[in-house]
Amino acid sequence: MSAFRLNLRDGVGTNLSDKSISFSFDGKSYRGIEGDTLASALLANGLSIIGRSFKYHRPRGVFTAGSEEPNALVTLHSGGRTEPNIRATEVELFEGLVARSQNRRPSVNFDLMAVNQLAGKAFSAGFYYKTFMGPALRGHKATRFWWVCEQFIRRAAGLGRGTTIPDPDHYARMNAFCDILVVGSGAAGLAAARRVAASGVRVIVCEESARAGGALASSPDFIDGEPAREWSADQIAELSAMDNVSILTRTTVQGYFDDNTFFAIERVTDHLAHKDRTVPRQRAWNIRAKSAVIATGALERPMVFAGNDRPGIMLADSARRYAVEFGTAPGRAVAVFTNNDTGWLAARDLAKAGVIVTAIVDVRTDIEASIRVLGEECRATIHSGSAIRSVKGMRGVNGIVIATYNELTGELGADSKTIACDCVAVSGGWSPAFHLTSQQGGKPVWDTELQAFLPGDPLQKWHGAGAMAGEFGLAQAFRSGEEAALKALADTGVAMPKQAAKIGSGPDIDGDEIDYAPAPVFEINSGGKSFVDLQHDVTAEDVRLAHREGFVSVEHLKRYTTLGMATDQGKTSNVTGLAIMAAASNKPIADTGTTRFRPPYTPVAMGAIAGEKYGHLAAERLTPMHDIHVESGAGMYANGPWMRPETYNLPGETVEQAYIRETKAVRAGVGIVDVSTLGKIDVQGPDAAEFLNRVYTNGFAKLPVGKARYGLMLREDGFLFDDGTTWRFDEHRYLMTTTTAGAGRVMEHLEYYRDFVWPDLKVALASVSDEWAGVAVAGPKSRELLKVCVKKCDVSDKGLPFMGLVDGVIADIPVKIARLSFSGELAFEVYCGAHWGSALWHALMSAGRKLDVVPYGLEALSTLRIEKGHVAGPELNGRTTPHDLGLSGMVSSKKNFVGSVLLQRETFSKQDRLQLVAVKSLDGQRIRGGSHLVAGSKDEPGISQGHTTSTCFSPELGCYISLALLEGGYKRHGEKLFATNPVRDAHVAIEVLSHHMVDPEGGRMRG
Amino acid sequence: MRLTCPYCGPRDHQEFTYRGDATAARPALDNTSVDDHNAYVYDRSNPDGLHRELWNHTSGCRTHMIVERNTVTHDVVSCEPVGPFAEQLK
Ligand SMILES: [Zn+2]
Repeated sequence: MSAFRLNLRDGVGTNLSDKSISFSFDGKSYRGIEGDTLASALLANGLSIIGRSFKYHRPRGVFTAGSEEPNALVTLHSGGRTEPNIRATEVELFEGLVARSQNRRPSVNFDLMAVNQLAGKAFSAGFYYKTFMGPALRGHKATRFWWVCEQFIRRAAGLGRGTTIPDPDHYARMNAFCDILVVGSGAAGLAAARRVAASGVRVIVCEESARAGGALASSPDFIDGEPAREWSADQIAELSAMDNVSILTRTTVQGYFDDNTFFAIERVTDHLAHKDRTVPRQRAWNIRAKSAVIATGALERPMVFAGNDRPGIMLADSARRYAVEFGTAPGRAVAVFTNNDTGWLAARDLAKAGVIVTAIVDVRTDIEASIRVLGEECRATIHSGSAIRSVKGMRGVNGIVIATYNELTGELGADSKTIACDCVAVSGGWSPAFHLTSQQGGKPVWDTELQAFLPGDPLQKWHGAGAMAGEFGLAQAFRSGEEAALKALADTGVAMPKQAAKIGSGPDIDGDEIDYAPAPVFEINSGGKSFVDLQHDVTAEDVRLAHREGFVSVEHLKRYTTLGMATDQGKTSNVTGLAIMAAASNKPIADTGTTRFRPPYTPVAMGAIAGEKYGHLAAERLTPMHDIHVESGAGMYANGPWMRPETYNLPGETVEQAYIRETKAVRAGVGIVDVSTLGKIDVQGPDAAEFLNRVYTNGFAKLPVGKARYGLMLREDGFLFDDGTTWRFDEHRYLMTTTTAGAGRVMEHLEYYRDFVWPDLKVALASVSDEWAGVAVAGPKSRELLKVCVKKCDVSDKGLPFMGLVDGVIADIPVKIARLSFSGELAFEVYCGAHWGSALWHALMSAGRKLDVVPYGLEALSTLRIEKGHVAGPELNGRTTPHDLGLSGMVSSKKNFVGSVLLQRETFSKQDRLQLVAVKSLDGQRIRGGSHLVAGSKDEPGISQGHTTSTCFSPELGCYISLALLEGGYKRHGEKLFATNPVRDAHVAIEVLSHHMVDPEGGRMRG
Repeated sequence: MRLTCPYCGPRDHQEFTYRGDATAARPALDNTSVDDHNAYVYDRSNPDGLHRELWNHTSGCRTHMIVERNTVTHDVVSCEPVGPFAEQLK
């Protein structure tokens, strides 16, 4: 294999198997080893440039070995599975994996946009604000200028691109409960999990990576005489076997919410070459824990120096892990630059794995002898009290220039020495990963000794352990893990036997004693571009510029410079940025404060959040007659959650031909339509009449038994809320129908008044939408049809007058028949118990056979009501009042009702309000819904005077028509305007009409 | 966040629907003052701290309850049923 793959042996490549794997990057085929991440495989193949940076298009390489990676972002897969901005450091390699680099044109090695590097000043802090939110520019508002420039800048400055193709995978939502959640399975998490599991409580352990064990996996230490990784594997195996413990690997806890609720994403099949389609791609977990142990470790942070973003520069512990876990040399010759002992440990382990370490550069002069020994072990030259002045090489590192460094003044000496190397392993100390507890509102506290923020006091039931809580080192991790476990057990109320409640001495550890506290050096300021936030290309100078311009609060600094606002949320840059800000303002870091972390911890696929609420797993509501519609060849249409027949197409018919035919058949003869989706609410009680009278605008107090009435409901602000008919079955019993879409909110609305406003009224409400099936029978021959099949009641005009209601029987099915009309024709609605729905449908169809009855769908239903001028959802849009829709006659002046007072507001009686009209196409063109009504030409349409709401072709008028809301529309019948729709490139000449287009006197439906 | 429904016990907030500020009382039916109705519909104090809210267990038993909640810490202090059956639920 390549020069970068080390000689794999015991302790080198501990994560790797011996199976070779092929994968592709930017169209070229490469080989890796099972157990590699994409990042380690790319490094092993000698690929150092993985992507281009966000603003300046500088070449960037792998910077870390974990989910905190700011640089090595790639796009995975293709087609509907395309996923941009994925951290190569987290991608487990599998056979056939396809990855591409991002933000490069045309290639990652030669990028035209890299010219942005020369325009560095133009892209400095606050660039967007200064350029586009500023004063007007040559007559253009600055925002307008932004629109022009946006498309170019967005293309130049950006990350990967997603896809518009639907995601073919499915996702699941999970809910879990446990006594104690342990987040992180490193030494501290493991110690805590062992302790709590032994007490028998229910434990869930979440581990972000593929294998539990955290840093133990690459630790050089021995525990109880075993290599740490083997010891941890045994411990995990023991834990996994316990019934009260679940270990979720590849599971990132993303959020910590109220009531000790945690949100986690489990990546189930992402790492598999052959994905089992019967399991979800990812699971989104809601985990409720009585208490939690947070053992999320710490993130190593870099030091800031000129040229610190060059490919080949990475964090020291990550470089060490690439060698130990992945058997990959991060470079041919590695120089270490550090302000703490971590760098020395990395140097020693790199050398032990077979990597050449040329130099160790440490800003400190006072270095423990035991640490200096580590440097001597790897035969590196040691430069203490020194720092990097600059980096040689443009597309990679071919050397560093170092100088003596004064730790107290932060000044570099005039001397310089060049060290040849192609990799710099940098350590600037460690930042505890308390993102979860910070999300909760916990205020981090600066620890001067550790030069790090610690999580601060808990606001909920959690206990920190290990590096997350500032307890660095294995022994401290074990001890703090056990301590946290006992506190968590106390939260759950489990009484511990006295003996068990003691902290043991922990396992026997044989390893290096190192001090994780760094020297307080964050930046080596030698001029030249020094990056703080690698992903958003924020430099140290940007931070100082923001300070000079008056951005002194960290929250402002963050937004102005965009520091920490990229997809990595500044995991490796936040503390450094704050330190530079603090230095600029001459304040201690403790006084500068931190910003609060927000969920999610790492980017989350939208599909995982949507879960089964979207796509083929989404719930669908089917009416009792659904199967008949499908068998009859109806095209089914999603109307909210409901599946409804759109049209019953005859062979060769288009949707438009079908609904025109169906509409004509109803107007000329008879048709039936499934109206089971209407919301239905059973209203009962001695005060039911009074209650209805208060929620409807029109009178309901005197509705006789055996009658139905159309009613309007308002919101309290006077706007229309819903409409429908309510039937009085009995003295104390009504059936209210609502619009299909409004069913849920009307029920909530009524319950609000019943429970909260008028609890003294004796009225009971029950949603019965699913209990009834309903069929509307419409057309001049509808009574004839009913006469064929209805028994035990009179459906003549006398027996069943307009708005009348009778009980009857059709084909042995007990039914309620109301004479209501949505179409404007003589019509009836027949209701029966839902389980009789299909039998009723068949009975009505066969009764109408000789009358040539047609089933009609949603399109014809809509066409009939538009022609009639009946309003529905598009007109009841939350911004219209009864006065706007020609329904003033429905508003009682004799009573007070919900909305009656605010309906009196002056603005609602203005004559220039949008009022309901109809429009018809004069030039044969189709009118689009949502078209604006204008007086001008297509090119100069002028100001919008209104818009179209519900449109169709009207067989009755022989042209395209639409209902519309038009300024002062009632007085504009006969006016000629245009319905313009620039999005659809349509501009239709129209004439304004009264919305009563069919049978305005209502003779047909009353006949 | 979890709310303790007086009927069903502690349940996830996603089962509930927020019905608004419980301190906003609708004027009596015979009150036709536009100002009073305006205050009921639009005026809200948005307190920083304890707040009384009306919630409905819409995806459960549909009981309405008044939830006293701290808008800063999200601590739920109490959940009391309201409505014609409130007494039986207490
Ligand atoms: Zn409930």
